[in-house]
Amino acid sequence: MDYLFNEQQKMIQELSRKIAQEKIKPVAAKYDESEEFAWDIMKIIAESDLFGVYIPEQYGGLGGGITEMCIVTEEFSRACGAIALGFAGTGLGTFPILLYGSDEQKKKYLTRIAKGTVAAFCITEAEAGSDAGSIKTTARREGDYYILNGTKQWITNAGEADVYTVIAMTDKTKGARGATAFIVEKGMKGVEFGQKEKKLGIRASATREVIFTDCKVPKENVIAREGMGFIVAMKTFDSSRPGVAAQAVGIAQGAFDEALSYSRKRVQFGQPISSFQAIQHMLADMATQIEAARALVYATARMIDAGAKNVAKESSMAKLFASDVAMKVTTDAVQIFGGYGYMRDYPVEKYMRDAKITQIYEGTNQIQRNVIAANLIKESIKAE
Amino acid sequence: MASITVILNKCTGCTLCVRSCPFGAITMANKKAVIDMAKCTFCGACVPACKFAAIELRKDAVGTKDLSGYKDVWVFCEQKKGVIQTISFELLGEGKKLAKKLGCKLCAVILGHDIESKIDELAQRGADKIYIVDDPALKAYLDDPYTEVLVSLIEEYKPEIILCGATVIGRSLVSRVAVKVDAGLTADCTGLDIDQKDKLLLQTRPAFGGNIMATIITPNHRPQMATVRHKVMKEAEIHKGHKAEIIRKKYPASVLRSRTSLLDIVEEVEETVNLSEADIIVSGGRGLGGPENFAMIKELAKVLGGAVGSSRAAVDAGWMPYSHQVGQTGKTVCPKLYIACGISGQIQHLIGMQSSKVIVAINKDPDAPIFKVATYGVVGDIFEIVPALTREFKKMLKK
Amino acid sequence: MNIIVCIKQVPNTTDVKIDPVTNTLIRDGVESVINPFDVYAIEEGVRLKERFGGKVTVITMGPPQAESALREAISVGCDEAVLVSDRKFAGSDTWATSYTLSCAIKKLGEFDIILCGKQASDGDTAQVGPGISTHLDIPQVTYVKKIEKIENGKAVVERMTEEGYDILETPMPCLFTVVKEINTPRMPSLKGMMRAKSAQIVKWTAADIDCDPQSIGLDGSPTRVVRIFTPPPRKGGEIIKGDAAQVSQELVQLLKDIVI
Repeated sequence: MDYLFNEQQKMIQELSRKIAQEKIKPVAAKYDESEEFAWDIMKIIAESDLFGVYIPEQYGGLGGGITEMCIVTEEFSRACGAIALGFAGTGLGTFPILLYGSDEQKKKYLTRIAKGTVAAFCITEAEAGSDAGSIKTTARREGDYYILNGTKQWITNAGEADVYTVIAMTDKTKGARGATAFIVEKGMKGVEFGQKEKKLGIRASATREVIFTDCKVPKENVIAREGMGFIVAMKTFDSSRPGVAAQAVGIAQGAFDEALSYSRKRVQFGQPISSFQAIQHMLADMATQIEAARALVYATARMIDAGAKNVAKESSMAKLFASDVAMKVTTDAVQIFGGYGYMRDYPVEKYMRDAKITQIYEGTNQIQRNVIAANLIKESIKAE
Repeated sequence: MASITVILNKCTGCTLCVRSCPFGAITMANKKAVIDMAKCTFCGACVPACKFAAIELRKDAVGTKDLSGYKDVWVFCEQKKGVIQTISFELLGEGKKLAKKLGCKLCAVILGHDIESKIDELAQRGADKIYIVDDPALKAYLDDPYTEVLVSLIEEYKPEIILCGATVIGRSLVSRVAVKVDAGLTADCTGLDIDQKDKLLLQTRPAFGGNIMATIITPNHRPQMATVRHKVMKEAEIHKGHKAEIIRKKYPASVLRSRTSLLDIVEEVEETVNLSEADIIVSGGRGLGGPENFAMIKELAKVLGGAVGSSRAAVDAGWMPYSHQVGQTGKTVCPKLYIACGISGQIQHLIGMQSSKVIVAINKDPDAPIFKVATYGVVGDIFEIVPALTREFKKMLKK
Repeated sequence: MNIIVCIKQVPNTTDVKIDPVTNTLIRDGVESVINPFDVYAIEEGVRLKERFGGKVTVITMGPPQAESALREAISVGCDEAVLVSDRKFAGSDTWATSYTLSCAIKKLGEFDIILCGKQASDGDTAQVGPGISTHLDIPQVTYVKKIEKIENGKAVVERMTEEGYDILETPMPCLFTVVKEINTPRMPSLKGMMRAKSAQIVKWTAADIDCDPQSIGLDGSPTRVVRIFTPPPRKGGEIIKGDAAQVSQELVQLLKDIVI
């Protein structure tokens, strides 16, 4: 389907596809096995200017938006959903600065990120997953500094990233209104990282705890102002969810590509299995679902780029639908491969393992449904 | 100038010519063939393909120059550190056949320093005449003096045909010589013959990585020069006592000068045999799953006294260094035995190894394209079969 | 430093399929790419520019469509591009091609280094690079795997050989043909792609490059293709069945004569 991308978007798609196919795909299995962060690939992505696609031109980027970020994420994920996360996770860590940062903060950090500095977003804690209101990490004001204490859990890109955007409580008594967003740099005193987590999928992506022990952060590093932390986080997620959805679409497409090509080569009962209707119908369903998910992703991305104010519902829909499609399509791809599909020598089981996380992170799909329903009801009340 | 035209009233739009064109230069427009002159090389493949004689090709008249002064078949014999390379013996073997068909002499040309002792070796391999240029300036190969000396020899003695190995040295040298003496040169031939009617050298070579073969002639220029692929032709037999006429030449410093200077020759000691020289190659691919599993490939290669090859997938994944890559962008090999382990057989790989004499493929995927070229195929787990095979070979070779 | 890189556009062999019925190449839908070996020459040219300053001019002889290969070269850092294209060049063999390119290079003016890939993937001749250096009467080093240093008008390079490598020193201007070991080519950058899109490509015909009309195209080519044919495809052979021990024993018997 033609998504009517403009010239620059088509160029971004062409380049990210080239990098994905020529550079990422050959090493995807290797990094999945070794669970290492693919720094050599990050360097290639940085040199290609792609880290800056969604960063404004005055900060050294290419001036694109969510659509551009989704194009790159989808193409990378088609080759490897984990390596893609080095890029997409940086986007998540960058959005708080992009959306709410001061000009000084943007100058200081966005210019670096556009050149390939990896970033991470830190909100989740052991006891604060979907229930972000129960965050325990605190930030205490002391003169020109805030002192951060607490442990963030399952942070994508943690340890590898240089820039962290962190949500911490500045005033517990105010509940959600007592949270504040900070920019913390790796190397600041009091920032440490936990062991790398062992995961089912996206194994080349680094997931660690980020531990703050009396970490002194200058007050200039507060994003927006004290008490804005939750708004920053929620708006960040509204912008980043299409990225997760694009990752899911890419993973699904990658698995589908493998399944289609295998079904044409694999011969049983004297003919390629693609000639059997049972397989054909599976392929047709998979392709249709992927296209529907993609359409939802780019429609949402366009809406955000056009400046729509309230996009929570649409961005949740995109993430919910695309991630469910990814799980379904990758499972079917394994099925088409039969016994071979279950083997680690063949690429499809990895897509299936990688797909699962898209239903979980940046808000589980159950939370997405809550968001969608809440917005539907709100809209209906407003319409009355 | 040469021209090619489609005679429109004869063209029926049958598209036979479109399929016959190896350069994709013919398309159909309004049910008539149209030749894209930017792509056409006047190779003539379409002319016989057309059942309606609708394509007319006019090539230039042949034989306007007097070429009768050129005679004999020359073989440039490559030496390194005073050792004649085996490719030279292959060329002497092939050159003999051509000389016989032409009723002329087979001549060996050797350049080097302190190489007088090589004369008998070349004579025994069938050379009737040996041109020898012995000078310290020619000790090791350098483009300038080798080119100038060979050019001087050609201009003085006018050979009809010159054969040279398609090696690093051979390809660098004769490419320069051919330009200097205005000769035709065909690279990397795998077949040579003499056209009985015109007494021309028919040079057959693979193109597109061996997917098509082209036969090339040099109708109007002399000498007719060709580089020949290693290990395709049979080495000349040794005839003890066979003598040759020796022509020793000396050249002044102006001919022997070199703009480039050789600072050092570095030989890299490889664990295993040089790939392009190897008679047996054991290769591993993506199916090995990781770099550590190349150990069993190396083990089998060691037992067989062969070299270790790799598919591009395994090189791209960082499991093997590029120097081991077999295929289009790696090395082209033609050993006596090629054992492909866990290699699916992408076309780029097949291009590099499909001229091997015997191919054994071991792969768990019965639909892997490698089986289409394999002499013997085994569908199964390489992790069981390769070690078992190594054991069996050890037993047989008593190692 | 003025660097010239000679490239060729070739069909992407990855895409080339063989028609199982007619046993000929299927050209439909086959994408054209820069000859894989030339990509290393381009990268080396751009690296030399980054080390020593100057500019990289990329040049190709081919049909008008070859312009896309030149734009691709610009997207990875080449500065200027020249397309030498004329119907009069049709039918050129390596002699005529190297002559034509050398005429175009003379027209470009002063240069320090010419870089070529070691050979093209469609013809595999490895003759055009040495041909150009001979027509220009400059020194060459073929199969270069490393440019060690460049100073005082001289370059020290490593030439790959069958046994290892030679270290050679050559005065400039000179021509190198390069092998894959020399570098890892970069990916294009978005900014490079944008520059490539709008870049002006210089286009020269036979009339522009001061060449002898008898030495170009088919007339200037000593060799003639007289026959093109498809070799009979290698037939898949016997499939050996059984467990690991059985197949190993059988294989060893079958291969006995070769191995001993």
